[in-house]
Parts: sequence; C-alpha cells; structure tokens
Amino acid sequence: MAPLIERTSALQRLRTLGKGLTTPLSPDDYLALINPLWTQRELRGRVEKVVAETENAATLVIRPGWGWSFDHAPGQYIGIGVEIDGRFHWRSYSLSSVPLVEGRTVSITVKAMPEGFLSEHLVNGLEPGTIVRLATPQGDFVVPDPPPEKMLMLVGGSGITPIMSILRTLDRRGSLPDAVLSYSARHREDMMFHDELHELAQRAEHLTFVPRFTDDEGMLEIERLDDVCHDWMERETWACGPAPMLDALTDHYRRLGREDHLHVERFNLAVTDGGEGGTVTFGVGGPTVEVDGATTLLDAGEKAGVNMLFGCRMGICHTCDVPLASGRVRDLRSGDEHGEPGEYVQTCISVAAGDCTLSL
Amino acid sequence: MAFSDVREYTHLTDEEIEAIGRELDEIRAEVEASRGQADRDYVTRVITLQRRLAAAGRITLFASFFPPAWLLGTAMLGSAKILENMEIGHNTMHGQWDWMNDPEIHSSNWEWDTTQPAEQWKHSHNYIHHQFTNVLGHDNDIGYGILRMSRDQKWTPYNLGQPVYNALLALFFEWGVALHDLDIEAIRKGQKDPKLLKKQLKQIGDKVGKQAFKDYLMYPALSGPSFFHTLSANVTANIMRNVWSYMIIFCGHFPDGAVHFTEEELEDETRAEWYLRQMLGSANFEGGTLLHLMSGQLGYQIEHHLFPDLPSNRYAEIAVKVKDICRRYDIPYTTGPLHKQYGQTLRTIMKLSLPNRRTEDNPAPIAPRERRRLRDDERPTRRSELGKWSRAATA
Repeated sequence: MAPLIERTSALQRLRTLGKGLTTPLSPDDYLALINPLWTQRELRGRVEKVVAETENAATLVIRPGWGWSFDHAPGQYIGIGVEIDGRFHWRSYSLSSVPLVEGRTVSITVKAMPEGFLSEHLVNGLEPGTIVRLATPQGDFVVPDPPPEKMLMLVGGSGITPIMSILRTLDRRGSLPDAVLSYSARHREDMMFHDELHELAQRAEHLTFVPRFTDDEGMLEIERLDDVCHDWMERETWACGPAPMLDALTDHYRRLGREDHLHVERFNLAVTDGGEGGTVTFGVGGPTVEVDGATTLLDAGEKAGVNMLFGCRMGICHTCDVPLASGRVRDLRSGDEHGEPGEYVQTCISVAAGDCTLSL
Repeated sequence: MAFSDVREYTHLTDEEIEAIGRELDEIRAEVEASRGQADRDYVTRVITLQRRLAAAGRITLFASFFPPAWLLGTAMLGSAKILENMEIGHNTMHGQWDWMNDPEIHSSNWEWDTTQPAEQWKHSHNYIHHQFTNVLGHDNDIGYGILRMSRDQKWTPYNLGQPVYNALLALFFEWGVALHDLDIEAIRKGQKDPKLLKKQLKQIGDKVGKQAFKDYLMYPALSGPSFFHTLSANVTANIMRNVWSYMIIFCGHFPDGAVHFTEEELEDETRAEWYLRQMLGSANFEGGTLLHLMSGQLGYQIEHHLFPDLPSNRYAEIAVKVKDICRRYDIPYTTGPLHKQYGQTLRTIMKLSLPNRRTEDNPAPIAPRERRRLRDDERPTRRSELGKWSRAATA
C-alpha cells in the first residue's frame, strides 16, 4: 500500500512542496526524527516479536514503515539490514507470512547457522522494538493463482520458510490442491513448524505431509522419490533446501525431461566460471587495479581501499549498484556479459569482462 | 628543488621519512579496526541535533517580526547550517562514515546545505586539494584564485585590493566555493572543456536554484507578514555560516609555519612524503569541545589531512600520537589559539597585497612561474583514502 502521503495527487504535491522546504534533505529525514518508521528513504521496520520455532530458529514479526507494499507473492524473500556495532549487515530471508491478511506485519523465519554471524544475531540477539532496514519482496519462487492441480514440495532444513508462506496462503484462500510435502530435518526438535504442518495435514484432506528425520532415516535419495510420492512425474514441483539436494534434483529432473516442471529456490549464490578479468578503475581518475575473472568488482574495490556500499553480496538487494562509465562486465550467476555506459551494475555479482571503469 | 630541499625536512633521512610513514599507517590501521557503535552513535547524535536545531530555527522564524524571535531563530538556523556544513557534510563527503554501510550517511549520495554541488566539491576539495595540498599551481585552495597567499605567487597590481577581496570572500564564501571547481583560471585561458563547463554550470544552477528558493522565497513566504524579517534572518544565517567556514578553512593552511610547495616536490613522491607534506602544509588551532564540533574538528587540520577519511570524532585521540611523532622526529606541528592563527592569516593576506620587495622579512621567493594546470587524466594516480568523485556523465 502506498504510504499516506502519496495516496492522492494533492498529497503528492504537498510532498514536492515539502521537499522544497527541506532541500537538500527530504521531508522524511525530519519525519523520521518523530517516528523512525515515517520514512521511505531506506525502508524500515520495527521488530514486534521474536518467536522461537526450534532451539536455533526463530520467526521475526516485523512491522514495516512507510513505503512498504504488503502485496508480496507467497514464496518471495525480503532483505533485512541490521545494525551491529555501528555497521549495517544485510541478508535475505523468505517471508513466512501470508500476504495482506496478517495485520500490518510481515514475518521471516531465520535459522541460526553455525558460521552465520548475522543469523545467530537475529535468532538470539534481536530485541523486540529494534528498528531494522528492509528491502522489498523479490523472487520468482511463487505458485500461480489458481495453483496447479497436483503439487509436490521437496524441502530440506530451513528451505521450509518459503513453502510455509505458500501453504498458509493456499490454505487461507481455500485453494490448497492435491499436494505432497516431503520435509527433511535432522531430528524432530530441529523441524520448524512441525505441529502446524501436522495440524494442517489433518485438516486439509488433500495435503500429505511426509516428515523425514535424517539423523535416523538418512537423507532422501533422489532415486527413491517414488517411495515418497509415486506419481511425482505428474506433479509440479517446488524445491528448496541445501545446494547438493537441489543440484541432485535438477539433474534428475533434467535426465527425465521434467525440468520445466521444477521450481527451485537457492539461498546460496550459484556462480559460473566468470569472465576474463581486466583493469578496473574505481571512479574516473580513481584507483586502478588488475582484477581476475573470478573476483567480483565489489571485492576488488574493497581490496583497493574504496569504500563501496554493499548489501546481501549475492545479487539480491541492489545496495551495491553503481553506474558503469565504460567497459563491460559479466554476471557471475548467469554468465551473461553486459554493460552500456551509464548502466547500473551489481558489483557484488559482477566481474570484469575486459577493462572497465565504474562511476563512483 | 627536490623534496629533500624543503628546509623543514633537511634533517630527516629517507629512512626516517619512511619510518614516519609506517607509524602513521599503523595509527590509521588501529583506528580503522576500532570503529564501531560509539562512532556511529556520535554521528547520528550530531545529525539529530543539527536537524532539530534547523527545524526549531525555521519554526521560530515564522514569528520573526518579533525581534527576540528573529535573533533566536537566526542564531539557531545559522548554527544548524554551520554544523551541517562543517561536522556533517564535509566529513561525510570525505567518506568518513562510509564504513557504516548506511546509504543515508554515505559519501556517494550526500548533498549538503550550500550552493556548491556535492559532486563538484568531491573533485575540487577531496581530490584536488587533498592530493595536491599546498602545491602552487595545483591546489586551487591557495587563495581560491582570488587572493595571493604565497610569496611564490606572482604579484600584480590587482593584489593591492586584497583586503577588500578578502572581506567579500568571507561574506560570500559559499558562492566562491560554488564556482571553485569550474576553475576560472582555466576558463580565462581557454583551456576548459566546453562540454564539462556546460554540465557543471547546469549542476550549479540547479543547486543554487533550490537553495535560494528555499531560503529566500519559500520560508519568507510561509511566514506571511514576517516575509522580510524571515528573509533577512535567512540571509544573516547564511552569512554567519559563510564567515565562519571561511575563517576555519583559512586557519587550516595559512597561519605562519604552514609551508607551500612547488610541483617539483610532487615528482616521485612516496606515500610517506605525501604524509609529510600534509603535516607541514596544515595548521591546527586549539579550543574546547564546542569549538571543535562547530568547526567540523578542523582544529585538527593536520590529522584531517593525514587521514581525511577517518571519523572526525577520532581526530583528538589521533592528534596525541601525531604530536608525539612530530616531537620525536623534530618536525614542526603548527598550532595555536584560533584568534592567533587567524591573526597571522590576516597579516599574510595584507602583507602579500604588496610586492615582495616591499615586505623585507621573508626569504627570497622562488621565481614565480605561470604554469598550465594539469588535466585530471594527466595527474598522478590519486590516493584511495581521498574518497570518491565522479565526472562520468560527461565522458
């Protein structure tokens, strides 16, 4: 929903007038002094609740401020920026909440990773009332409306979060089709939303919930998919989980010519071989460094002592975008080479495809 | 003339200069590693204070027909503008707060409450002035192309008017700064790229328009019957800011003891020698916490020139270490109370309005030369700590 101030053209004019009075700042810079959520410059949210899901996972219920749109599609993710020791750190998490209906809040479910210092902080360190920065919902791991008649959901670990949003939304709309959910976690205590899923499966006659505890039963082998769901070849599949699982699944579906029916969400950056590298200049007349084809422009700039903005470092949040003055870059995810003068490039996932200059 | 000929350095060996450089690098590394919550809290506190002060000043001025309100509102608005330009804008655009990874306080998109567009300032100040500090013919901050500030600059009868130009520069400082990056001298000599000139003029026009509209039309109009009172208050607040920032800036490089250099010293200059040039070319002044806050910590001009991108709230602690280095290596560390530093600056301005032969107490100058100023692409590679600037859109 548009913030109050932009709902009508009269209010829009008022805002323009306000800008004239506060230049070079924006009216939001002053309004945020009264209430930190009253600004659209950087989207903000207030953490309302931190709900423990398992011993190392928690759901953060966040009330977004002005400029937030609640009409995300279930399955999408958002960026969250948290200040730790003076510095902003960004990560992306799937929304586990249902669009529009859950009041004026959104929720994400975060699992603390052993090496993940931000996820650890989010699960165990975040006080309700904390103001965080937010990035708008993105991602194409979504289910069409109406959903296909038969669905299969293959989930490992924290990959349940986008699926949870999908299931809750379909349930709320009463459009949950014939669906099979195969969900692997290490053990019972490690399985998020276990009780809610059980309850949902009992209530919704078309939903089959197949939990798997890998400490006892071992990993689900892809060749044994028939055991979980005998008619998987007839179903549209949504899969989210650890990268090896998704790789195996993608191979399997491709071998059987079913890749068009597989929808995958990856939380790790899958990269190509990169570009050929080159001489990169940071700002016209700025520091110039030789960069190989595997080092991102962001990493190279930081090594050269340039202070560059960054966010998720995986190509999602666009915090790191800078205009390209000249040259071309390669997108590490797709392998595509691109770059027109003045075009914004994401420095965290771009490598030099020959000599190039960034406008800083 | 080579770097080793600079009188103040002749006692230092190359090894000693490199050792000083290493010590300064260590200070930088220590501060960089220890930046954290306390520093963020400092800058956000100053920003909040400044915005409240500005808002309170503007609101008070709606009643500016009432003389005490005029006085109070003007004082608050003027102080807010000083804080915004000195401690917040100047330092943010140097990249001092970029480490926070916060787009709302970042050198790449900060715009300040004055007539010069941020992008042009980042070029003329961050890059040109900080890289070529006090090098005649390179550093346009020496007299801002208006005043003769060094005996090595050629005297012309025009300089007789210096006392007057100086007073005008102080009053209208923001306008002088607005035109600074245009490089009037290059335009006069026909060396300016017309495309770049056009782009810069448009940028300045846009900025000036917004600033003037706000201060000289919108707020006066909003205060209705107080129109002219508010207008005069806003003009006064801008002049307050202009005179103050002019004075602080002139005290940074022109008191006795701050050295000017010639371009020969730039040749093969090492990082350590660059550090030395910053130390010898800058001057500090002493004062309390409030004075340092209102001057954007530029009372620590020496420390600022050594580490232009380290957070300003750390300069006081850095100064203790820098002073110690200067003492151990017998390098002058120019400082004094503000009135003394400005008094010396003023004396130099007056004195240099006359030809060198009329002022007998200084050593013979190097023969003044007219040099073509280098284009950016002809200049040595810049140092990364000098922050970002961009002219990409004209490329």
